[in-house]
Amino acid sequence: MRKAFVKKLVELAEREPRIHLLTGDLGFYVVEPFAERFPARFINAGVAEQNMMGMATGMAESGLIPFVYSIATFATLRPYEFIRNGPVLHNLPVKIVGVGGGVEYSHHGPTHFGLDDVGALRVQPGLSIITPCDSEQLNTAIEKTWDAPGPAYYRLSKNEGITVPGLNGRFEIGKIDFVANGQDALIIAMGNAAPEAQKAELSLAQKGISATVALVSSISPRPEDLLIETISRHRYVFTVEAHYINGGLGSMVSEVIAENGLNARLTRLAVRQVPKGMVGSEQYLCERLGISAKDITDKVVSCLNLAAR
Amino acid sequence: MTATQQVKSALTPEKFANEIRRLVLIESKRAGVGHIGSALSITEIIALLYSSVLNIPAPNAPDRDRFILSKGHAVLAQYAALYLKGFITREELGTFCNDGTALCGHPEIAVPGIDFATGSLGMGLSFGIGSAVAARKTNSSRKTYVLISDAELNEGALWESVLFAGHHGLSNLIVFVDQNGQQALGYTKDVLDTASVENKFKAFNWDVHSVDGHNCKQMQDTLKKLDCESGAPHVLVCKTTFGRGVSFMQNKIEWHYLPMTKEQFEQAMKELDT
Repeated sequence: MRKAFVKKLVELAEREPRIHLLTGDLGFYVVEPFAERFPARFINAGVAEQNMMGMATGMAESGLIPFVYSIATFATLRPYEFIRNGPVLHNLPVKIVGVGGGVEYSHHGPTHFGLDDVGALRVQPGLSIITPCDSEQLNTAIEKTWDAPGPAYYRLSKNEGITVPGLNGRFEIGKIDFVANGQDALIIAMGNAAPEAQKAELSLAQKGISATVALVSSISPRPEDLLIETISRHRYVFTVEAHYINGGLGSMVSEVIAENGLNARLTRLAVRQVPKGMVGSEQYLCERLGISAKDITDKVVSCLNLAAR
Repeated sequence: MTATQQVKSALTPEKFANEIRRLVLIESKRAGVGHIGSALSITEIIALLYSSVLNIPAPNAPDRDRFILSKGHAVLAQYAALYLKGFITREELGTFCNDGTALCGHPEIAVPGIDFATGSLGMGLSFGIGSAVAARKTNSSRKTYVLISDAELNEGALWESVLFAGHHGLSNLIVFVDQNGQQALGYTKDVLDTASVENKFKAFNWDVHSVDGHNCKQMQDTLKKLDCESGAPHVLVCKTTFGRGVSFMQNKIEWHYLPMTKEQFEQAMKELDT
């Protein structure tokens, strides 16, 4: 998805001179197409994310549109207070691009995981949080949001070539997208958890359980109306996210259920422990941390079985 | 031209500073707040900038210079200057720290003439770097001025900014260090010794000038000689006295926080008058 992002940014920058790309010295074999096409609009800020975010704030105040690129945790948590006092407080169009949400940096270890980026940023008013599920949707999301007046966070998958069948690049801010419709359960997935949710839906179908799969790529603003409408049609709701249990998608759906008095039984699938001492592939880690397709399937089955007793 | 603008155009930097100092005392007493000593140590720097240096014909004027008060807790001196410039009224200045005002104890962008909100130390220089970079990218000759404190040099993120500006030769960026030697709980030499600020900036490839931060003419002469078209970013390391102008505040740690009593206020005003 990184290469798709840079390709899209080059396309936009061809027609919009205000666009600049800042990187915290990351993006090897990724950012080069932009840097080569627009050398005067590309800045390697060095391994100095706080200054990079403050600098982006100053550039945006002067009328430019800086995209600030790094690994998700370095783009968000390291300069967190600069985001808060910079683009958020000043309501400036700084576009933060974080790569590798969840455990995509697998064997690099927990310092490189993005398990708290969405939760930390979701509390900031006016900051859009966009978590595309695949490259095609990313393209649409960037196209529709790059020139919004306020700040945004794009949580990009590190993995290239992922396509979510049935999504077909759809994206609307404040909306959700459906890739399966069923009656027995509602599975709501955020961004890069979409493939596991889809696998679970297929697995459940083989067991005679039909599930709706809703993908949330617009975390902020949250898709309030569609969530209310969709949750209201289901008794059993499951959220899936490559994120810690608190603060992310599951928390957001909980708020919608509670604030609207919806009659739903919610199960949140997310990371409940600090993932230390675990090394392995992304798939391995998802299984260890309880956010794989099998975990989703098992949770849905056990929940429905309990309900049937 | 407003009445205060007429006042401003007739004032020398020194007289502008005297007006700021009086307003700082009056409004901090009325509001019952501290940070007085910090505001008094930057009075001449602020007065020089707003009376004679900054090209800001009006708040939000296109292509205006940018000024960022990174040591935001001294903002009362800046609010006083904004009044003397005619950007806010005397009545508005008189709401400082009141319920419902935009004029809080640190710069607030809702106040006309404030471009950046600061208060969390170590951030303002990075905003200024963005402003200076943007000016370059858009072929603008405007300049960016940032005022930081010596205690602010404790902040690690600030050195990211110093490194970046030096590496990229941001010659359109001018930084003032208010070197009053104090911070909230002690003297800087005792808390975290910043030792030779000049040498530190030189090591990061800055154009360094050591000046008397209460001598407007010396600072102005220094500014006039700067090459803002090419070369290095500029820093004026300003030797200042914390609480300058009020004898019982000068170099006293407690005046970082304390508000004045009625008697202290009367004595302070008397000292300014003499």
